[in-house]
Amino acid sequence: MQNNRQINKSGELQHLLTIEGLPVSMLHHILDTAESFVGVTEREVKKVPLLRGKAIFNLFFEPSTRTRTTFEIAAKRLSADVINLNISASSQSKGETLLDTVNNLSAMHADMFIVRHAQSGAAHLIARHVAPEIHVINAGDGRHAHPTQALLDMYTIRHFKRDFHELRVAIIGDVMHSRVARSQIHALTTLGVPEVRVIAPKTLLPKGVEHLGVHAYHDMSKGLKDVDVLLMLRLQNERMQGALLPSAQEYFKYYGLTPEKLALARPDAIVMHPGPMNRGIEIDSSVADGPQSVILPQVTFGIAVRMAVMSILAGS
Amino acid sequence: MKIHIKNGRLIDPANNQDRHADLFIAAGKVVSIGEEPLGFHANQEIDAQGLVVCPGFVDLAARLREPGYEYRATLESEMGAAIAGGITSLACPPDTDPPLDEPGLVEMLKYRAKSLNQAHVFPVGALTLGLSGETLTEMAELRDAGCVAFSHAERPLDNALVLMRVMQYAATFDLSVWLRAQDASLSRIGVAHEGEVATRLGLPGIPACAETIALSRILQLAKETGARIHVCRISSSESVEMIREAKKQGLAVTCDISANHIHLSEMDIGFFDSNCHLIPPLRSLRDRDALRRGLKEGVIDAVCSDHTPVDDDAKLLPFAEAEPGATGLELLLPLVLKWAEEDKVPLIDALSRITRHPARILDAGCGHLARGHAADLCIFDPQGYWKVEPKSLKSQGKNTPFIGFEMKGRVICTLVGGHVVYRANHS
Amino acid sequence: MELPKTHEILEKLAAAIRAELTEDMVIVGIHTGGAWLARELHRTLGLSSPLGTLDISFYRDDFERIGLHPEVKPSDIPFDVDGSDILLVDDVLFTGRTVRAAINELFDYGRPARVRLAVLVDRGGRELPIEAGFTGIRLDLDEHRMIDLLRNEIGELELKLRPETGV
Repeated sequence: MQNNRQINKSGELQHLLTIEGLPVSMLHHILDTAESFVGVTEREVKKVPLLRGKAIFNLFFEPSTRTRTTFEIAAKRLSADVINLNISASSQSKGETLLDTVNNLSAMHADMFIVRHAQSGAAHLIARHVAPEIHVINAGDGRHAHPTQALLDMYTIRHFKRDFHELRVAIIGDVMHSRVARSQIHALTTLGVPEVRVIAPKTLLPKGVEHLGVHAYHDMSKGLKDVDVLLMLRLQNERMQGALLPSAQEYFKYYGLTPEKLALARPDAIVMHPGPMNRGIEIDSSVADGPQSVILPQVTFGIAVRMAVMSILAGS
Repeated sequence: MKIHIKNGRLIDPANNQDRHADLFIAAGKVVSIGEEPLGFHANQEIDAQGLVVCPGFVDLAARLREPGYEYRATLESEMGAAIAGGITSLACPPDTDPPLDEPGLVEMLKYRAKSLNQAHVFPVGALTLGLSGETLTEMAELRDAGCVAFSHAERPLDNALVLMRVMQYAATFDLSVWLRAQDASLSRIGVAHEGEVATRLGLPGIPACAETIALSRILQLAKETGARIHVCRISSSESVEMIREAKKQGLAVTCDISANHIHLSEMDIGFFDSNCHLIPPLRSLRDRDALRRGLKEGVIDAVCSDHTPVDDDAKLLPFAEAEPGATGLELLLPLVLKWAEEDKVPLIDALSRITRHPARILDAGCGHLARGHAADLCIFDPQGYWKVEPKSLKSQGKNTPFIGFEMKGRVICTLVGGHVVYRANHS
Repeated sequence: MELPKTHEILEKLAAAIRAELTEDMVIVGIHTGGAWLARELHRTLGLSSPLGTLDISFYRDDFERIGLHPEVKPSDIPFDVDGSDILLVDDVLFTGRTVRAAINELFDYGRPARVRLAVLVDRGGRELPIEAGFTGIRLDLDEHRMIDLLRNEIGELELKLRPETGV
């Protein structure tokens, strides 16, 4: 059995691979640190010298301009050197394994790897095999985890809602295939949110999702009732294949977030989305751009949260 | 060559023997148990004081990786691992490259194995050509070449009509059909039991019903065709109940499980331990406990090693991409002993799961000790500890969920055909 | 060693600053002791200009060795730094590294016209060419001796010399 080795012997964060198992104090420490970085990003010089001379490798085995860019901005604002590597599937099929690639880069004296991979567990695998002085941040592995996204979501919730202990939060959409949802669930339950709901048709909920500490709903009118925070998930187009969903139209009709459905939640509820959005499929434009949407602040906070994670890791 | 094995505790489940008795071997056969024959002059004496002397183990599933995957393991290395594990007879599945679907390949494998003069190798022939699920193989010819049974290894046999036909044809010649129960469409993308752990780790799941649906089809067709069926490596509690019911109805069905599944569950995957990427997947604790009960009650007939040597390159990958399988030949005995100790199963009953019962399924006259029969046997120290480490394993496959574990049950000596083929280094 | 009363040192420092007070001077305190002191001086001097605070955690030069401070507070500079006249305030001046970090951080907000430094205690032991323009008291302390500014529950500041630790 292999354990979750992101906390080192001194109780410090060595890698950030998943939210699962992180103590609540660690989550608050990350969010508090992020708060200081929000100030930095609002200054004239949006840069601090904290990670000067550090080499941070963006290792993206799965393309994602957006996530890669936010990590890149965060690293540059900490004065680190950022090296972007998009490792296409083709170079992998040439016989070089994931660990070959990582070993090669370690030999170039990397200090930190930010890893995005299509397979669940890829970041854990890398973290188990890098030299002890190298830190690994999971920027999304398969369906498993996307811890920095969940942290920026928590930051956003804390910013607008303050006390986690009084909230009712709903995660809406393709939970089955979503690493974001899994990390959000762990973060919310760790931070003490008393009621976390997931809302989706049965084909998009993984078996035994209740064991993660959430309540499953299949009907938006019931699931959204009295909710304070709505976390929308992205619905990938390929879900229309493989007999998961009949059509985007039917999905939008029953699970898309429209102003009418949003009205079922509490009047001061906030709406979040990890992006990129599929307008007209999982969310209506009038909601995405409406007064209850905090999707743009999420993006701003995302950079500060990633700066916080990087500096906490680099200092451990 | 005359050998006298003295002072040992002789356990032979097939003859319901568990007593202290000496064993006398001459010309490859057991010549006496207990009494020293008149005028017997041993060339070699083996002192088995404090040790168990029992029939060599019979393993119903060990991949030797020949032909086709010699870079993974060779016949030499894996046969060496078998005797180091006390295994003297083993069946190998047909999923070699090319698959064992024509007599020439089977004869070559038999010949290669025989020339090594170690364990007996019993090839299991392919049910369809190229294991592609379309055309029947020449089963009668393959039997004559040395196949003891026929299977489809891990390859899907989706088409119910083809499945019925292979059973009918095998039944014509009274050939035994060995099948894995796994519905292809329900398991195609899955890599772990569809349950709590797969949900937590975001791994695509294989539901338990992928097994029971396929098993139900196999049992229905067995009833329909009268074929002799052996179900390989069941993994769920419901399968145990289905087999129990089928046996009660008098169906000619037997089944086995892998030694890994006696002890492990989905929980052992922890955070993506690819050594626990196995087929069938490790299921819930409830399933594992049901398998243990079924094994104790005799619903499950045999335990096999499901030996699958996989090299590091194929394991050091993200969980889903890592090749399933684990090395097992050298762990079969200790894992069975561990179960016997934990579940308070008498040693003789535990050993029957790797001697008498699999031998009956194999139907090749092995797995027991009796006067006039081949002296294939294993001498082991039931209290001897050893550590599972890459260097302590003879197999070229070094990957197992039990790596680093201390195991009780150490093979001291293995005899095949009256010859000592393996002797442990003294430690 | 007996320290003079903290409020006496504070008054002395305030008097020195008052003598050179300019109309548009703004005070910026360094977390944590410097920020308390800055608030105290701001009140004592009766200033109406904005009061800023700096947390220099992101600018420390010992990050490699000790990592990020567990309780980073956001810096708060509620005025335009460009062209400003800043009085930087800290409790204890020792090696000068904290002040170096604070000046660096200030310059990331803009280009001040002037920066001066006020400290409650100058204990010697400088490792950088930095001196305070205003000093409450000068002490010559052994380099291992620790001195802290504490604040009690009613907000009173007190300088405390830690007992000498036996070798």
